[in-house]
Amino acid sequence: MASDQPICDGSLSSTDFQNAANAFAEKWKKFNSGLPEWTWIDCSNRLGFAAHGISDGYLSLQNTFIPRSVKEDHDEVNSNDNQEHFDSATLVWNNISDDGDRFDFHVVYSHSYRVPVLYFNAQTSDGQPLNQDEIEKSLPIKSSEMLMESKWTFITQQEHPYLNRPWYMLHPCGTSEWMKLLLVGHSSTNQYLISWFSVVGQVFGLKLPFEMFEKP
Amino acid sequence: MVIADESRKAITEMQGGEKEAQRYVWDGAIPLQVHLHDSEVTTLPPPPPALILAPRIGYLPLLSSQLKPFFSGALPPGVDTVWFEYKGLPLKWYIPTGVLFDLLCAEPERPWNLTVHFRGYPGNILIPCDGEDSVKWSYINSLKEAAYIIHGSSKNVMNMSQPDQVELWRSVINGKLETYNRISSKLKLGVMTDDFSEKINPSLKPQHTGNETEPTAPLKASRIPVRLYVWSVDQDFEDLEAVPHFESWDQISYINRPVEINKEGKYLTLHEAVKSILPEFYPNSVNTDNKNEEKVIKVVRIQGIEPKMEIPFSWVVNNLMNPDYFLHVCVYITSAGKGKPIST
Repeated sequence: MASDQPICDGSLSSTDFQNAANAFAEKWKKFNSGLPEWTWIDCSNRLGFAAHGISDGYLSLQNTFIPRSVKEDHDEVNSNDNQEHFDSATLVWNNISDDGDRFDFHVVYSHSYRVPVLYFNAQTSDGQPLNQDEIEKSLPIKSSEMLMESKWTFITQQEHPYLNRPWYMLHPCGTSEWMKLLLVGHSSTNQYLISWFSVVGQVFGLKLPFEMFEKP
Repeated sequence: MVIADESRKAITEMQGGEKEAQRYVWDGAIPLQVHLHDSEVTTLPPPPPALILAPRIGYLPLLSSQLKPFFSGALPPGVDTVWFEYKGLPLKWYIPTGVLFDLLCAEPERPWNLTVHFRGYPGNILIPCDGEDSVKWSYINSLKEAAYIIHGSSKNVMNMSQPDQVELWRSVINGKLETYNRISSKLKLGVMTDDFSEKINPSLKPQHTGNETEPTAPLKASRIPVRLYVWSVDQDFEDLEAVPHFESWDQISYINRPVEINKEGKYLTLHEAVKSILPEFYPNSVNTDNKNEEKVIKVVRIQGIEPKMEIPFSWVVNNLMNPDYFLHVCVYITSAGKGKPIST
């Protein structure tokens, strides 16, 4: 299970997930200084989760504000502007602004789908939890359309596998399909989460600085 | 090609491979005595409890069409959102009723006394439920997940025709096993070849009918959908009546991990399957020093029974799985101090 082997079917083993999660968190810290950091939440001591791989757990990014102002920007994106410009200046989030919704993101490995799954919860700036309608309204218009059109990507409320509480998640049943296309020919498992987040992050209007895509 | 009903039935029986135990599972029901919560009673005298049979493979919110008329006269004005509670614990409606019973009643309680609420939905603990539609989508999502585990793709479920999807769902909630087997066989989710039953009864062996373009032999899946509900009981117990009550969902680990079948042609027993998911409870024969700290598996319960651990896993899966193609397994864990673990 060498981590530099190309991924063919778009899926990831649980061991590779942990390695990819580390690589992602490290690069994130390096190129997004000033933003909250992803931390690995170790759950190995939970009943039934020991003795599986290096350290059973998930990646967590807490208290991330998504300012309301950005939401309009996506309306004006030129339709033939396919060239995504990954520029750290387009990063739309910060942890200082207080007039936005506050999101918690967890990246959890699904043993069923063998892919990472994004779980999230959201609160308004004054601490009220957002319901599904409010969340969908608070997302960039483009992604609302994407959610409407695509039967592969949609938000559902599910039980968080480690917290046993209802959380929102982007349904993973199509993830390996589009990851397969995204990873054609050139990727190592360490790059997996970076490529993956470049897609799921878009749902929230989040872009990664292009430096993160460069090989170490 | 038009197939006469009779031959279609024959094909279905071979493909779906209806088994006696599967019939028992589908017919299984739990007698409930449902009380309306005191805070929602506005009449004197309060309404009597409702007695109702809840199918094992069903889901609690589906009972609301029968319970609501029974209690509606006593309810305060407001919007109804039904949820259930057992000894103060809100019940997760997306877990099949039989699994809840096996998990929460160590010693089966008959009738099972539940409390129903129509107000004050605990949204911080339970996923929202807007009636039958929510339950249906939860079921379909689970089926999709199972299909993905078995096939590496959920397409067979996603591409199911609308009428088939409706009929499949109806068959589950109405307990129509023949319809279920007919529709679900189209999904080609043959989980495992049941070598065991084939050996003792060769007529069960699937045969080619020539009527289908695709092969009818069940696929040999290398991954089997399994959901484990692991409850760690704080104190050791000698018999099930002594098991303390379950107080919070935090006492449970909900483990959704497929059983991987690697070795071709080798029997996999239930013991080996559980061990592959929970190796931590099967320490090597070399004992560690802190023996009293060790936790052991005390009870493995599936569909209300505690099967012998040496029976073939293929038989367990094919006969005892739920209609979402998951095998739901309840496991009680206790410390090894005094009690004797189940067969190893």
